[in-house]
Amino acid sequence: MILDKLQQLGAATLETIQGFGRATLMLAGALWGRPRFVKAWPLYIKQFYVVGVLSLLIIVVSGLFIGMVLALQGYTVLSKFGAEQMLGPLVALSLLRELGPVVTALLFAGRAGSALTAEIGLMKATEQLSGMEMMAVDPLRRIIAPRLWAGVVCMPLLALIFTAVGILGGHLVGVDWLGVDAGGYWSAMQANVDFEQDVLNGIIKSTVFAFVVTVIALHKGFDAVPTSEGISRATTQTVVTASLAVLGFDFVLTAVMFGG
Amino acid sequence: MDKAVAKPLVDIQNLTFSRGERVIYDDMSMQFARGKVTAIMGPSGIGKTTLLRLIGGQLKPDAGHIWFEDQDIPTLGRRDLYQARKKMSMLFQSGALFSDMTVFDNVAFPIREHTKLPEEIIRMMVLMKLESVGLRGARDLMPAELSGGMARRAALARAIALDPQLIMYDEPFAGQDPISMGVIVRLIRSLNDALGLTSIVVSHDVNEVMSIADYVYVVAERRVIGHGTPEQLRQHESPLVQQFLQGLADGPVPFHFKAADYAQELMELKA
Repeated sequence: MILDKLQQLGAATLETIQGFGRATLMLAGALWGRPRFVKAWPLYIKQFYVVGVLSLLIIVVSGLFIGMVLALQGYTVLSKFGAEQMLGPLVALSLLRELGPVVTALLFAGRAGSALTAEIGLMKATEQLSGMEMMAVDPLRRIIAPRLWAGVVCMPLLALIFTAVGILGGHLVGVDWLGVDAGGYWSAMQANVDFEQDVLNGIIKSTVFAFVVTVIALHKGFDAVPTSEGISRATTQTVVTASLAVLGFDFVLTAVMFGG
Repeated sequence: MDKAVAKPLVDIQNLTFSRGERVIYDDMSMQFARGKVTAIMGPSGIGKTTLLRLIGGQLKPDAGHIWFEDQDIPTLGRRDLYQARKKMSMLFQSGALFSDMTVFDNVAFPIREHTKLPEEIIRMMVLMKLESVGLRGARDLMPAELSGGMARRAALARAIALDPQLIMYDEPFAGQDPISMGVIVRLIRSLNDALGLTSIVVSHDVNEVMSIADYVYVVAERRVIGHGTPEQLRQHESPLVQQFLQGLADGPVPFHFKAADYAQELMELKA
């Protein structure tokens, strides 16, 4: 009984480590050599559009509402201490340091990550990847690389847009609705937000998340069992694994950046 | 070795390949002569597709050689393997057309990837390839809009886009209606002769294969159980070959999957 459990644990661990190995190989294959930006630019443009531009709507709407809720919640607490003028920094710092990168990454995993996994899994199931290989075209460079770059470049930009829209949402609720002084909202924000400590760290976080989410999504698709059940499982795994990985990395990065 | 005129394009020697514990091929050898249509037949599940992937270098054998021209495919490095693959092409069972491109772009794909030809010449080449499979009018359709037979013909046009020396067909007749089956049968033969190709056809459609192949290998139980021209095979003395060619349900290949004793199993249920 215990031996069985132990065996299962061992098998699961080995499988996980093998998965890391395969993901690393995939990554190495995709990034090996000079990226063919010149010849392949239409591929890149297309992926930037699919992965980045098409994710804009959900990012903007979510950012707006999260900013508005933050302002509403923050205001009720701050006003008890007569510190309403600190609403600007509260909204801006929460978004820049945490909510911007993290929520964007979670939404990105659900919106773009799952789509990437399903697309690549289906390409595998319909032998498109194999066919490409037989035509002497490396699917890692042709399919994986543009999607990887698109994810890594787009997500930090999306996080910045999320944050900016969130701050405007906070302004909408805090200033326009609840009557916090507009000058106070912006000037307190300006005084309390540090570029390196807050903005730059947020971008670094977001870039790490972008890499983690995109690699997980691509790997799960590339490694999917080529059946409808396998692809459905891979898509679910992408969202679950990527979300958990983002939260885990967030804790570690936060501890390193702001913990000391 | 005497390599003069009769040297085959693909020469498989003592190939052994296994998947996990299961041995797929055990010390198997076969030759594919230049300019001929050679067929590989055998029951489902004996790894016929695997053989094509071995020739294409997508899988590596446990032992043995796969000579393509003067290169031993399993020993090639990545760069050489990709160079060798430009001289061969494969028609997948599903067609494997890229679903996000039109038929035209699918056929143009290998040309655009591997040459720097101007777009007008690519257009001309693509139209010629599409004409040869009768789909010039369907060039602007997406793969999802094609019927199964058309998709396979479009994939065939793509497979011959770069004028390969070797073309491998993976179950080209599976799931086709009689008309498109006839079309594909004729295309395989006529393209082979017109373009000077060497064709390998993997299939279990006995009649179609026997009608176009110059030479046939019957593979079962991890090895070649019979080979020869279609006429020679029909006279073959092996009962297994005969069972396969005539499509008998029971014979050396049993109808029943391996199971415990029937009566005993029924009694167990009762108890």
